[in-house]
Amino acid sequence: MQTFFAGFCGLLLLAGAGKAHAQMTINGAGATFPYPIYSKWFDEYAKVDPSVRFNYQSIGSGGGQKQITAQTVDFGASDGPMSDENLAKAPGKILHIPTVAGADVVAYNLPGNPALKFDAETIAGVFLGNIKKWNDPKIAATNPGTNLPDQEIVVVHRSDGSGTTYIWTDYLSKVSPEWKQKVGTNTSVNWPTGLGGKGNEGVAGQIKQTPGALGYVELIYAIQNKMPYAEVKNSAGKFVKPSLESITAAMATAQIPDDFRFSITNAPGEESYPIAGATWLLVYEQQKDAAKGKKLVEFLKWALNKGESMAKDLDYAPLPDSLRDRVLKRVDEIKM
Amino acid sequence: MEVVVDPRAPPQFEKRAQGQLKPPSHFGDRAFEWLTLAMALAVVVLIFLVGWQLARGSNLAIKRFGFSFFSTSTWDPVAEQFGAWPFIYGTVVSSLIALIIAVPLSIATAVYLTELAPLWIRQALISLVEMLAAIPSVILGLWGIFVMIPWLRDYPFPFLKRTLGWTPFFSGPIYGTSMLAGGIVIAIMIMPIITSVSREILRSVPNLQREAAYALGATRWEVTRIAVLSYAKKGIFGAVILGLGRALGETMAVTMVIGNTPEVAASLFAPGYTLASVIANEFTEATTDIYLNALVEIGLVLFIITILANLIAQVLLKTIATASTTRAVQ
Repeated sequence: MQTFFAGFCGLLLLAGAGKAHAQMTINGAGATFPYPIYSKWFDEYAKVDPSVRFNYQSIGSGGGQKQITAQTVDFGASDGPMSDENLAKAPGKILHIPTVAGADVVAYNLPGNPALKFDAETIAGVFLGNIKKWNDPKIAATNPGTNLPDQEIVVVHRSDGSGTTYIWTDYLSKVSPEWKQKVGTNTSVNWPTGLGGKGNEGVAGQIKQTPGALGYVELIYAIQNKMPYAEVKNSAGKFVKPSLESITAAMATAQIPDDFRFSITNAPGEESYPIAGATWLLVYEQQKDAAKGKKLVEFLKWALNKGESMAKDLDYAPLPDSLRDRVLKRVDEIKM
Repeated sequence: MEVVVDPRAPPQFEKRAQGQLKPPSHFGDRAFEWLTLAMALAVVVLIFLVGWQLARGSNLAIKRFGFSFFSTSTWDPVAEQFGAWPFIYGTVVSSLIALIIAVPLSIATAVYLTELAPLWIRQALISLVEMLAAIPSVILGLWGIFVMIPWLRDYPFPFLKRTLGWTPFFSGPIYGTSMLAGGIVIAIMIMPIITSVSREILRSVPNLQREAAYALGATRWEVTRIAVLSYAKKGIFGAVILGLGRALGETMAVTMVIGNTPEVAASLFAPGYTLASVIANEFTEATTDIYLNALVEIGLVLFIITILANLIAQVLLKTIATASTTRAVQ
C-alpha cells in the first residue's frame, strides 16, 4: 500500500514537472462581462503560441482589482477603471488596457411593444421616481403618435454589483445633476425607486413578466434574447439605436486620457450611442517575471491586432483604430 | 444544535461493568474516544474560527458604524453609508413566512407517509419529496420568476388583497416579486428536509405506543395525535429548526424573487431583501475597503442570527421536554 502511494506521488510529481517545463501558465481574474470574448481569445491564442496557457477566473471586477493589487494573478480585468485610492494601494504602476466595449439598452414591456425613443432627462426622471406613468408628457414628447397607456412604470434595475450598473449610473450622473447629487456612480447604488433583479437574466425576466416595466440590460443580452429596446437621444441631439457601430463611434469621439481610465457615456458625435462603456485588462508596467511578462505582452499585441476582429461575432464592440494604435504604443512600454 | 435522540439506538451499557475481566488492552477504545473527541472539538474550533474571521474582516465597518449598523436603514455604496436593518428584517420575515407555510405541510406529509399511505403511494411520494430537495436553488429561482410570480400576481395575490387588503400586510401595489414570494420559495426549499427528518422521527415511534392507544379505544386521529405526534414532538421540533437554519441562509432562489429592495415595509406584497442575498449580489463587484467590510459584517450578522435562532430553539426544546415530563409524572 505504502509503495503504491509513494509511486503514485512520484507519478504526480513527474506529471506536474513535465507540464511546467512544456507550458507556462499565465493567471488572470476579474470581470464577468468580457469573459466570453476573453476565453475565445485564449482558445485561439493557444493555436498561435502553444507554449503558453491562459487561466482566467471570472470572479467579478472587484475581485480582479483586488487580486492584481495583491499580485496573486498576472493580470486583472475590470469593467470600471480603478480609483486613485485603489491604484495607490498597488505595489507598482498598474496600466489600464481597454479591450472591447458594450452598451446598456433601455428595455421595456408595453402592450404591442411599440418602438420607443427616450431622451436623457426622461430616463433620469423615471429612475429618480419623478416620472411615474407611461403617459407622462415627457415620454409623450419624444414619442409622438405612440399610444402610451395610463399605467404605472415599474422600474427594474440590477441588484447585483455589475459593470452594467456602473455604465448606467455613470450616464445618469453625467446627464442629471439631481442624480449625481442624490445617487452617484458605482457598480451598485442606493436606488431611489424600483425592483432589483439579479443579473441580466433576472432583470430581463422581470421586465418580460411585468406589464409596464422598464429597465436596463446589456446590449449583448438584448440582442441574443431578441428583446425590444429603445433609441436614446445623444448629446448631439440625435436619436441613436444602440449597436456595435454606435458604441465604437462613441469611443472614437470620446475624450480619452493617456492612462486610458476613460468613460464614453454621453460621448459627443452624431453617431455615438450615449450609454456605453469599455472593459479593461489590468497589468503592471514593471513585470516581475520577465519570461511571463514577455509572453503577456505578445498576447496583448495579438489581442489588439487580431483579437479585435473576433469581437463582433460575439456582439462586443471593437476599439476604433485611433484608440487601438494608442493602446498598442502603451503596451510597448511594459518593462520586464 | 441539539441532536434528536434516536430511540432505536441500543441502550448504553456501563463501561466498567466488565472491567474486572481485564481485557489485554484498552488502547483501541481510548484511541476511539480521543478520535471522536477531536472531531467534536474540531466543529467547535471551526465555528469559533468562522466567527473570528468574520469579526476580523468587518473590523473597519464595526469601528465606523458601531451599533448603528444594526438599526439604520440606508445602504448606499456611493456615500459609503451602511445599515443592515432592512436585510435583518427581510431575513427574519421571509424565514418566518416560510416556516408558517412549510411546517404544517411537511408534518402533514410526514404523518400521511408513515401512518396512512398505502405502500405504493408511500414509495412514490418519498422519492418525489427527495427530488424536490435535489432541485438546484438557481433553477427554482428561475422557475420562480417565469412561472410562480406571474401566477401569484394574477390569482392568489389579488384574492388576498380583496379579502385581507384591510390589514397592513396585504395592502399596496402588487408587482409579483415580493417578500411573500420570497417566503413561498423558501418554503418550497425547506419542505423536503422537514418532511424527511419528521418522517424518520415518526417511523421511530415504537409500535407499542400505537397499539396501546388502539387498545384504549382511540380512533386513528387520536392515535396519531396522542401516541405518535406527542411522542415525536421533540424530534419534529428539531426537524423544524433544521429547516429554519436552511431558510435563514437560503440565497439564490430568494434573490431572484424577493425584489432586492432594502426597505422595511409592513406589506408582504412589497419587495424586500435578505442578508444572504445582499452578500451574493454585491460581494463580487465591491471595490472599496469599507464596502467590503460592511458586506462581511452582514455575514457576521447572519452568523449571529443563526446562532441566536438555535439558542432560542434549545431553550424552547427544554421547555417542551420539562412540560411533557411534568405531565407524565402527574
